[in-house]
Amino acid sequence: MVPREGDVRIPSGCAISGIMDRSGTRHDGTDILKSIALMHDRSNGLGGGFAAYGIYPDYHDFYAFHVFYDTREARSETESFLNDCFLCEKQERIPTDETVRSIKNPPRIWRYFLQPNPHKLAATEYDEAEFTMKAVFYINSQIKGAFVASSGKDMGAFKGVGYPEDIGEFYRIQDYKAWLWTAHGRFPTNTPGWWGGAHPFTLLNWSIVHNGEISSYDTNRRYVEQFGYECTLQTDTEVITYLFDLLARRHGFSQEMAAHIMTAPSWDDIDRMDPQQSAYETALRVVYSSALVNGPFSIILGSEEGMLALNDRLKLRALMAAEKGSMVYLASEQAAISVVCPDAENMRSLDGGVPFVVQLDEVAERKAKESPVNEPVPSKLKGSRTTAPVSTDRRGV
Amino acid sequence: MLDYVLPRYRVLRDKDECIQCGVCERSCSNGVHHVDTDLGRVTADHSKCVNCQRCVVMCPTQAIAISKWPQVGNGTNNWTLENMQDIAKQAQTGAVLLASMGNPKPYPIYWDHLLLNASQVTNPSIDPLREPMETRVFLGSRPNVLKVNEREHTISPKIPPQIKLDVPVMFGAMSFGAISLNAQKSLAMAAEELGTYFNTGEGGLHKDLERYGKNCIVQVASGRFGVDPHYLNAGAAIEIKIGQGAKPGIGGHLPGTKVNEEVSRTRMIPEGTDAISPAPHHDIYSIEDLRQLIFSIKEATRYTKPVAVKIAAVHNVAAIASGIARAGADIIVVDGFRGGTGAAPKRTRDNVGIPIELALAAVDARLHDEGIRSMVSVVASGSIRSSADIVRAIALGADAVYIGSAALIALGCHQCQDCGSGKCNWGIATQKPDLTRRLNPEIGAQRVVNLIRGWNREIQEMIGGMGINAIDSLRGNRLMLRGVGLNEKELEILGVKYAGE
Repeated sequence: MVPREGDVRIPSGCAISGIMDRSGTRHDGTDILKSIALMHDRSNGLGGGFAAYGIYPDYHDFYAFHVFYDTREARSETESFLNDCFLCEKQERIPTDETVRSIKNPPRIWRYFLQPNPHKLAATEYDEAEFTMKAVFYINSQIKGAFVASSGKDMGAFKGVGYPEDIGEFYRIQDYKAWLWTAHGRFPTNTPGWWGGAHPFTLLNWSIVHNGEISSYDTNRRYVEQFGYECTLQTDTEVITYLFDLLARRHGFSQEMAAHIMTAPSWDDIDRMDPQQSAYETALRVVYSSALVNGPFSIILGSEEGMLALNDRLKLRALMAAEKGSMVYLASEQAAISVVCPDAENMRSLDGGVPFVVQLDEVAERKAKESPVNEPVPSKLKGSRTTAPVSTDRRGV
Repeated sequence: MLDYVLPRYRVLRDKDECIQCGVCERSCSNGVHHVDTDLGRVTADHSKCVNCQRCVVMCPTQAIAISKWPQVGNGTNNWTLENMQDIAKQAQTGAVLLASMGNPKPYPIYWDHLLLNASQVTNPSIDPLREPMETRVFLGSRPNVLKVNEREHTISPKIPPQIKLDVPVMFGAMSFGAISLNAQKSLAMAAEELGTYFNTGEGGLHKDLERYGKNCIVQVASGRFGVDPHYLNAGAAIEIKIGQGAKPGIGGHLPGTKVNEEVSRTRMIPEGTDAISPAPHHDIYSIEDLRQLIFSIKEATRYTKPVAVKIAAVHNVAAIASGIARAGADIIVVDGFRGGTGAAPKRTRDNVGIPIELALAAVDARLHDEGIRSMVSVVASGSIRSSADIVRAIALGADAVYIGSAALIALGCHQCQDCGSGKCNWGIATQKPDLTRRLNPEIGAQRVVNLIRGWNREIQEMIGGMGINAIDSLRGNRLMLRGVGLNEKELEILGVKYAGE
């Protein structure tokens, strides 16, 4: 049997695309479908998917879980777990178009609109987000045949095994309206054929589409594991998502700062800075040296704030950006932008290691007024050095 | 009493090539060679030869080679000639056998069972000639989270003190006394040139080397030789030596014959007296005592310098390292059992401790599992032989490495393992002025700089091949390693997959 994603590490090349309306106006999935379809040759039919933000306005305070089930037992086990930990506002099958012939053996795909059960939540040491994240980790690692494809609020991931344009048809993404769409077409070097392994990878409100193979994977994995993240899929996308979650949500940095830490300036550049700036960048690199991401990558990070694009420091992967009015376009290839917006302006290739941040207008306005100092979430997880020396060995110290 | 000890080496001299110039005689502090004018040839006292190869290198006509003493053993694996000779020596003297340099026994060398990765197709290898390839490392403790003002680009509070290494290699502790001032000076000058650090060892800091203070780590060992507030503040960092890989569990002994005026002044002990370091620090009988010493030193240096704690790799090394991190050390140094020494009891050197590869992997894993790995730095030492060993050590979890023997070999050491005699013909492990003069510090420094520059280039080539352009991304990146010829348990402890997996 061919091993599944998570049992082995599978490098892949890809196409990525992102379309956002800064004003928050929502658009259907037609353009993103067209854009990713144009880059057909950058994927090989073994994975494609979309993330969409703003699609569930009627349920925007609920965690929207998109869940894949291989078996009926997996569904009943998951649902009894969800009923235990959450209050479920609504649950339904996600509508799909079974006539898309190229899509073979899809899992059972359900969605749930959930809020943490307040009694259960109060009994833990976690906040709402952490509680929900733990539940996602539990389902994905402990319930055989179940996989949470997305778990954020007012957003969702639609992904699977196939070419992205076929996956889009299958999920009928033209029927959804979002202010941010991202898309991914995958070219894995192996044939996992597993829907959970397709991209975007998501966690709470984060979604990531990624093209590349990071050579710092194991260093980054070991770093985030110290903070309680479990890298069960062994993918670059997964570990990059956890880095963003750690730096932006837990350590309280802006997304731009998180991206800056992951693609820190070179020591040569730091040495040329004035002393204060140099000390600042040095401290960041020293403390977050294991969060540096190395190797070729281009990523588009989606969140409730907007999108952020990032290239590796050496710019080893293509990523183009362009604008038109309140619309912002990103894609691995220029043609994938031109095909949906022929008169797009300011078309350019993004620089390596320089985060490209697109925020909703209202978010940008709010952020400008906020304190520029990060407020870390107090961690009750591992990593505290103030505890007394303990040892699990019989011969402790 | 008739001495049963046989010579270990035999001097081979080509009669046709030898011009009886006497260079070999003048080169040899052991008194092996003698130009016998009566006999009209050069004779050799083979039993005195330690195979330091000085005469081989110096002979202008390349007439000399050293071979093993041709005597065979009786053929058993059990009563080898070496075992029998050791008994002969002890039967003769009733003494503890002494030895020098690292453990020479044929234990597995795990470095040689770990292969490195390279990129093909799915991710490009990076060419260090075309792209920046960063090998800079900082050592010190770090908070888990930084508080940052993103608009004003300020950090508060400041991060704890760090030392900056432009190459991930430092020169390990070798004291003035064990090695010559010229040897220390060579390493000090090389450290300055390379942007890294040399370590004073436990013998204090000679006044001539104080100008290299910013590239110096001062060591505090159980003998506390040369330690005062001035000394603690003279270097860039302080290292508390608990143990040494070559001789875990025991102290040190510098014979009085090596304690000349300069050594005496630097160590702050009377001339001609033995300098004996006790086995433990007598103010550290437990982990909480270590914490007190760490903070005493931090107080004495006003929290401006990182404090390292060096331990020998022993069975329980992972738990001990974790305790050291929690005791407040900024840097943990783990020294494996193949690490060198100026002198150690042979039985200790050859039988005590564990390999650095396993110890390092275990320490890194334990600190990681406890969620504190990123808060301290880990330095590995104990026989790093090449740039490839450094890459392996960093991939197993080290921030940087110390080298000792390799640096001495660059200076001329030929690993004859006779450092304890004080008659080092290369001017390294000796205090005799006629011998130390042979080591010119400028030339010595240049040789060491050349070595490390060459290694660093090789490191850049290898990590570039992996698709990595900063050494930060190699640390703990065990996916870049694959094992060959290892069993399941070894792979598990090393945390690496088998080649082909």
